[in-house]
Amino acid sequence: MRARRRIAFPYSPVFSFVLLLLPLTCRSAGAQDWVRTGTNLGASRIRLAAANFNAASGDPMGLALKSTFDSTLFNDLSNAGIFDMVSKSLAPPATPASPQQMNLAQWAAPPANAAMVAFGSFSVSGDRLAVYGWLFDAKNPDSPQILGKQYNEASSQDNARLIAHRFADEIITRLGGGIPGIAETHIYYISARGGNKEVWQIDYDGQGAKQLTHLNTISLSPRVSPINDRLAFASLGRRGWSIAMYSLLLGRTVSFPSPAGNVFSPAWSGDGSKLAFSDARTGDPEIYVTDASGSSLKQITTFRGPDVSPTWNPKTNSQIAWCSGRTGLPQIYIMNSDGTNVQRMTDGGYATSPSWSPDGQFLVFAWNRKYGPGAPGGQDIYIMDIASKRWTQLTHDQGREDFPSWSPDSRHIVFQREQGRSSEIWTMLSDGTEQHRLTQGSGNSMPNWSWK
Amino acid sequence: MNFRCWCSDPEADATCKPLRKNCTKENIVKISQHRHFASLIAVAALTFMAGCHKKPVPPPPPPPPEATSPAPTATITVTPSTINAGGSAVLAWKTTDATDTSIDGLGAVNTYGTQNVSPTESTTYHLVVRGPGGSTDATARLTVSAAAPPPAVGETMTEEMFEQSVKPAFFDYDSFDIRPDAQSVLAQDAAFLSQHPTLKVVIGGYCDDRGSAEYNLALGENRANAAKQALVNGGVSPDRIRTVSYGKEKQFCTQADEACWQQNRRAGFSLDQ
Repeated sequence: MRARRRIAFPYSPVFSFVLLLLPLTCRSAGAQDWVRTGTNLGASRIRLAAANFNAASGDPMGLALKSTFDSTLFNDLSNAGIFDMVSKSLAPPATPASPQQMNLAQWAAPPANAAMVAFGSFSVSGDRLAVYGWLFDAKNPDSPQILGKQYNEASSQDNARLIAHRFADEIITRLGGGIPGIAETHIYYISARGGNKEVWQIDYDGQGAKQLTHLNTISLSPRVSPINDRLAFASLGRRGWSIAMYSLLLGRTVSFPSPAGNVFSPAWSGDGSKLAFSDARTGDPEIYVTDASGSSLKQITTFRGPDVSPTWNPKTNSQIAWCSGRTGLPQIYIMNSDGTNVQRMTDGGYATSPSWSPDGQFLVFAWNRKYGPGAPGGQDIYIMDIASKRWTQLTHDQGREDFPSWSPDSRHIVFQREQGRSSEIWTMLSDGTEQHRLTQGSGNSMPNWSWK
Repeated sequence: MNFRCWCSDPEADATCKPLRKNCTKENIVKISQHRHFASLIAVAALTFMAGCHKKPVPPPPPPPPEATSPAPTATITVTPSTINAGGSAVLAWKTTDATDTSIDGLGAVNTYGTQNVSPTESTTYHLVVRGPGGSTDATARLTVSAAAPPPAVGETMTEEMFEQSVKPAFFDYDSFDIRPDAQSVLAQDAAFLSQHPTLKVVIGGYCDDRGSAEYNLALGENRANAAKQALVNGGVSPDRIRTVSYGKEKQFCTQADEACWQQNRRAGFSLDQ
C-alpha cells in the first residue's frame, strides 16, 4: 500500500494571497490516516526458523529452564520485526543438537520453507547452564554456518532468558543490516504500584519488573543516560521539583546539584555530556541546558507559557525538539541546541511528549488532532519525518496514548496507554504493528527505552 | 507596503500589531523558506530583522561635577501612623546630599528606603543625616494602641483558618490567564496577606487530568506564578511567596466532567511552614 502524503505547510492568513497564486493541494484534516510507513517497507522479511534446543540432560529442572530459553529466543526473534518466523507448529519436530545432526533440506522444504535456522543444545550440569547455538543458511547447504556461539552461566531462570536474549541479538545483528538487537535492553518507567509514584525497570519483553527508587514522594520523567549508568528524573521535594539521579551501578540515588527553581523533564544528549530540562526559575518554565555534572547552566528558550519535554537529536546533539504552549495549545517545535532556528513542526491540535529517533530522522509524539465532536481520533501516537514534516498516525481508537520513546534500533516504540482509569506500558514496531502490553496492575506511565 | 506582518504563526499573526512586537527571527526565517517569494521575502526579512533587534541602550550620562556641598535634607514618614499591637506599618525615608544615614533603633540605613516595622509600643523614629554640607534630622511617630489585638497573627493561624480566608483562583482550560472572577478573589487574598505580614504562603498550580502529565506540570507552574504576580501587584512581598506545580498529580475530584475539571484547574494557597 502506498502512503498517502500529507504535507505540513506553514499557514497563516497573510499567506492566503500566496496560496491563491500557488496551485497547492491543501486538504482539510477530515479523516484519520490508517497509512503505514516505516523503514524497510516493501523489503521481504527473512523467513527464519528457531528450532527447540536439544536438551542434553533430562532432569525436570533443566527442562523448565530450556522451555524458558526456547520461548524467549522465539519471542525475541519475532519481536525484532525483521523476520517472518516459522511457527513452531510448521517446523520439523527435530531438535538437532549440533551441525552434524542438522538436516537442512528438512527445514528448507515446505511447510517450514525456512531460509535460516537457529538451533543448538541446552544443558544443565551442576549449577551451570551451557548453551551452544548456531545459525545456518538453509539455502546454502555447502557452507551453511553463519553463526556459532557458546554461553555458560550460573543456572537460573533469569540466566536462561539472558542467554536467549544474547543469542537473539547476535542473530538480529547478523541478519538485520548490522543494527544491534534490543533483546538485552530495558525500559524505565513510573509505577504507582506501591502507592507512590516511583521509578521502575522492566526488560524490553515485559519480564523482570523491579522497583528502583523508594523516595515516598512523586517521581516523574525517568531518562536513562546513553551509557546506562545513571537515571535522571524529576522528584517532588519540600522545596518543589528538582532533578534527581539514580545510579544504576550503585543501585541507589546519588546527589546531583539540581538547578534552582522548579525543574522537571530532564533529557540526556546522545553523547551523555549534557542535560536539557524545563526550569521555572523565572516564573515561566523555559528550556535550559547544563553539562552532565549540573554546571554551566544556559537558558535556551524565552517564550511566554509552558516550555517543557526537551529531547535531543541523538545523532548530532546539535538540535532539540520540545513542547511549547507559546501560542496556546501545546505544539512540537525543534531548534538548534543554542536556541536558534526555531521551527514549528505540528500545525494544530494538542501535541506533546516528543522523542527523537536514534537515527535522527523521525520524531514520535502524542497528538490529539481535535478533529471535532464525533470524529474519530483522540490522543494517539504519531511519527513525523523531520525533513518533510510528513506524519503518520500509529495508534487508533485504543485509548489515550502518551510518552512514546524510541528503542535504540529505531525499529520500536514504547508508550503509555490509558484505557479508562488504567494506564499501562506498551511496545510496538515503529509502523504501529505488533503492539504488546508489557505491564499489568495499572498506574504505569512515562516509559523511557535504554540506549543499548 | 500594504502587508502588516510576516509572522507565519497563525496565533502570532492575529495579534501582530504592532508589527515589531510579534515578529521573531523564527517567523521571518520560515517565510524565507518559501522559494516562490524568496526575493520579496528577503527584502522584508532584512527590514524586519533590523526592526526586531533590540536597540542598544545608551550609557547613562556622567554625573554632574561636584559644586559646593549643599546642606543635607531628610524626611521620614510612617504609614499608617496608628496600628494595633501586633500589626505593622511601613516606614519610608528620603534624604539628599547625605553620606551617613541612620535611624535610632534601626542603625545605619540606606540614604532612602522603606522598611516594615511592627513595634509593640508607640515609637518615635528619629532619622539622623550627615553629609559634607552639615547634618539634619527628622522624626515620625507611630502610635500603637494596645486596646484591640488583631483577630489572628501568624503564630496562631491554623491551616483551616487560612484556607477559609485565602481562596483559590480558578482557570480556563489550557490557560494561565487570570480571569476577572479570579482577579477579585486574588485581590481579597492579597488584602488578607497584607493584614497578616508574618504569613508565608505556598501557591500550588493544579491542572485537570486531561492532556499530558509533563506539559501540565509546566502549565501548573505558569498558573501558580500568575497567581503570585497578582498577589505581588496587590502589595504582597514576593519574598513571602513560594510556588510549586502539582500538574495533574494531585486532583481535588476525579469525575470526567467540566464541573470537576474546573475544580482541578486552580492556583491554591497553603501556609509555608
